[in-house]
Amino acid sequence: MTNETTPQASSPQAVVEARDLNLVFETNDGPVQALKDVNLTINKGDFVSFIGPSGCGKTTFLRVMAALEHPTSGSITVNGMTPDEARQKRAYGYVFQAAGLYPWRTIAKNIKLPLEIMGYSKEEQDKRVAQVLDLVELSGFGGKYPWQLSGGMQQRASIARALAFDADILLMDEPFGALDEIVRDHLNEQLLKLWARTDKTIGFVTHSIPEAVYLSTKIVVMSPRPGRITDVIESTLPKERPLDIRDSQEFIDIAHRVREGLRAGHSDD
Amino acid sequence: MKNILAVLTVVAAIIAFWYAACVPMNIKGVLDQAERAGTEVSPATAKERRDMGTFGLVASNTFAIADTWAQDRPRLPAPHQVAVELWKTTVEKKITSKRSLIYHGQVTLSATLLGFAIGTGLGILLAVGIVHSKVMDMSVMPWAIVSQTIPIIALAPMIIVVLYSIGVQGILPKAIISAYLSFFPVVVGMVKGLRSPDHMQLDLLKTYNASTAQGFWKLRLPSSLPYLFASLKIGIAASLVGAIVGELPTGAVAGLGARLLAGSYYGQTVQIWSALFAAAILAALLVALLGLIERLVLKRMGMSA
Repeated sequence: MTNETTPQASSPQAVVEARDLNLVFETNDGPVQALKDVNLTINKGDFVSFIGPSGCGKTTFLRVMAALEHPTSGSITVNGMTPDEARQKRAYGYVFQAAGLYPWRTIAKNIKLPLEIMGYSKEEQDKRVAQVLDLVELSGFGGKYPWQLSGGMQQRASIARALAFDADILLMDEPFGALDEIVRDHLNEQLLKLWARTDKTIGFVTHSIPEAVYLSTKIVVMSPRPGRITDVIESTLPKERPLDIRDSQEFIDIAHRVREGLRAGHSDD
Repeated sequence: MKNILAVLTVVAAIIAFWYAACVPMNIKGVLDQAERAGTEVSPATAKERRDMGTFGLVASNTFAIADTWAQDRPRLPAPHQVAVELWKTTVEKKITSKRSLIYHGQVTLSATLLGFAIGTGLGILLAVGIVHSKVMDMSVMPWAIVSQTIPIIALAPMIIVVLYSIGVQGILPKAIISAYLSFFPVVVGMVKGLRSPDHMQLDLLKTYNASTAQGFWKLRLPSSLPYLFASLKIGIAASLVGAIVGELPTGAVAGLGARLLAGSYYGQTVQIWSALFAAAILAALLVALLGLIERLVLKRMGMSA
């Protein structure tokens, strides 16, 4: 196991810092170690992918960052605060696997949902909705209802909803998992552009190796039983990434290393 | 078109069965009358006829079959007799007349609607409490279920007597019995509806640090509406039953229940049946109206699946 610990532990750039994080779920079949001794630093502006087979704790780790789960031991800070404080400060936007738009609200009204809850003024709401709709290339669809949009467009709307308030962290839990590959490629490309334009820190859960390699500046390879980090790969790909970068030798080498990491995790059990 | 034909066939079959049932049900009465009028019937005396099976009587007195559908006070009135009575007591009578079913119907209807409103309001309030409080979930729900196992016919007189003794009378006691029957489906449906948002939806609100009240108004309440409407349709029918039952033990002078009771006192079976039909039609109209509102609201909300 090669748990990576960044030497400059509390550099000002660090957005998320996890130290010796453990999380045990009590289930009817006894305790399940979802996360074991996880150490990880995410720096500002990183695009970090979490990859691994199901049960490896990648979603759980994302949920710990979001304060939707709480670690059994160890420490984690988000923007220097506890995840709960960060959640109360609305430090992150979360995108789930399903778009989860409210069927009784138009796309614009769906995007306004977090803004209403956070008490933004009417004009500010309208301004931001127009902004993020443009960002995810859905301008002109604000008045439509979710059922009038394709699955890919719905997922883009849900990303817009997570971008609408000023969270500098975007947490995405297999956001394109339910979409077909062609739509997925397109959305991946768009997501990179969006990341370049907004300068956000992104945590991205996936179980697709090409997706992880294509998107990330840092790939966290995890393995199950107990859920742990087996490898952390700093990507050497340039920030500008056309889709055909996936045919380059560099891309293939990184994908290979990810695959090795996944295999190593499996040979343990 | 095919469906209409199927529906009409079923209706025709029911009416045919009804007419057929009138013959053995009413044959003895018809023959007794015929004997008194001097017509020859077989067997000749009421005593002998009493010991015979009804189908045997029909077989040996086929001339009397037509009369079984035209008696004044039949055991089972024929469909057209009920229809004529309904027509006479709704369209031909003035609404202010004590014999108008419209008059009696609106007496019952007002108690039904008041009871329905009380029951629905109470049901929604209880459901909100049950969903948000574990204590209420464990303490209120069992009582709500138990309350529905007591026969309303046993409980209704007590409610009326108790309320009368503290000076409450008129429409309110009936409405309370209605509410007693209608709050339950609303509680059950509303609890299910308010709990219908999945984990992901609730987690999403959590990531916004939304308050419980915001979660209720923005997510739980809109999500619960399809369940609420299903419950309301059951609730309104139960309300009508409650209002009618509430009229029975009080010797009420007005209302469909009073009409039923008076009919049974005086052996006016046609009156009983037409009151029953009036109640059934009223219930059907109320449920259809709710169905229409449901369709409009859910379509407006993009939830008409």
